[in-house]
Formats: sequence, C-alpha cells, structure tokens
Amino acid sequence: MTAPAPRAPRPRPALIAVVAAGGAVGTAAREGLALVVPPLGRVPLAILLINVVGAFVLGALLEALVRRGPDEGRRRLVRLAVGTGFCGGFTTFSTLAVATAELLRAGATGVALGYAVGSVVLGAVAAWTGVLVGSRS
Amino acid sequence: MTPGLFVLLSVAGGAGAALRFVLDGLLRERLGARLPWGTAIINVSGSLLLGVLTGLLTRGLPEAVLTVLGIGLLGGYTTFSTASVETVRLIQQRRWAASLLYGLGVLVLSVAAGALGLTLVVS
Repeated sequence: MTAPAPRAPRPRPALIAVVAAGGAVGTAAREGLALVVPPLGRVPLAILLINVVGAFVLGALLEALVRRGPDEGRRRLVRLAVGTGFCGGFTTFSTLAVATAELLRAGATGVALGYAVGSVVLGAVAAWTGVLVGSRS
Repeated sequence: MTPGLFVLLSVAGGAGAALRFVLDGLLRERLGARLPWGTAIINVSGSLLLGVLTGLLTRGLPEAVLTVLGIGLLGGYTTFSTASVETVRLIQQRRWAASLLYGLGVLVLSVAAGALGLTLVVS
C-alpha cells in the first residue's frame, strides 16, 4: 500500500497570473479567427477548427513536456501559460454546446449532431495525433 | 467590434482561464483524479451560464455584455482542448467505456445544460 497522495498545494498567485495571461492571448486569438472565418452553412466552422487545432497543440505540448522531465520550474510555467492558459482559452466548450442547443431548437437536428459529435471525435483524433507528435519531438 | 471591446473580451477570457485553473485544482482535490471531474463540471456549468446569457439577449441584454461575459469569460472558463486530451488519456489507459462515456457524456450534458439555460430565460 502506498502512502496517501499529498494534498495538492493551493496555486500561487503568480501561477494564476501566468494562466490568466495565456488565457487572455488564447481568447483574443479565438475571437480574431471567429471574426474572419465565416460559418459553413449553419456550422460554426471557426470554432470547430479552433477546437480541433487547440486539442492537437495541447496533446503535443503535454506529451513533449512529460518526456522532457518532471512538471516543475520552466516546464511547469510553459504548461500553465501555453497549455492551461492559451490552449484552454483558445478552445471553448460552452460555445460548442450552446450553438448545438440552438441548432436543435431550430430543428436542424442533423447539423447539430454532426457538428457536436464531429467536434468531439475530431478533437480526440487531433489530441491523439498531437500526443504521437509530441512523443517524437 | 471596437478595439476596447476586443481588449475587454480578452481580459475576461484570461479571468475565465484563471477561474478554471483554481476551480479544477479544488475539484481534483475533493473528487480525486481517477476521472477528470473538474473539466467536466467546468464545461457543463459554463454551458449552462452561456445558455442563460444567450437567452437573455431576447430580454434586452446588450450584445456587448454577451461578447465580454459569454465569448470572453465563459469561453476562457470552458475548454475543449483539455477535455479532448483527457478523453485520449482514458483511451491510452484502455478504459474504453470510461473514455466513451466521458467524451460523449460531457458533450451531451453540456448541450443539455446550454439548452436548459436558453429555455429558462427566453421570453
């Protein structure tokens, strides 16, 4: 029997600030792309692309970091700024969920299912591909 | 969109990401790390709130408020990339049923929460 896991330490304010900075840049990038990429019919193409690309980048980043050593020091900062902050702020689940709910309310059931399930499946494939790429970096 | 609104939206997204980081840590501590409950709870709750905000447009909520709080704050609070990677981690652990339930379960619950939020407030 192993010793019980230590309690996770409360995040320091500096680390929270690092996540917030990355999240602000990621959110700006998401909105910037959403403003220039038009929807494909009734499908919010920008958010779909953003989510799939973000899942790939996060998978690659986390895997590459894990293979370089323990989650501390500069690696931890990069994970929090680029992973938790940027990728987390760049991608979004709430917009996907509410856009799907609106499509369902409008009776566009096929489009809603295709968009929502397609996003999750493509996101998982992209994250997996990212993990493979990250493991070879 | 005005530059000022764009900056506000971005700052709100940063605040949302920070909130997610802190809340995920607290939830992980209480619910354990066997399943990524934190991201699931964050995505479902953020979807519910975005549904409410979007529905409030029909009751005269200014578009700019939805932009800052909805696209910014809740967009940064919820996350798709972490949910995708967590699903892949479950697949890598050969926890097939858990990965399928997690990936599709978070989606179904988030869409249902978003629809509930919309329905609650649409006039």
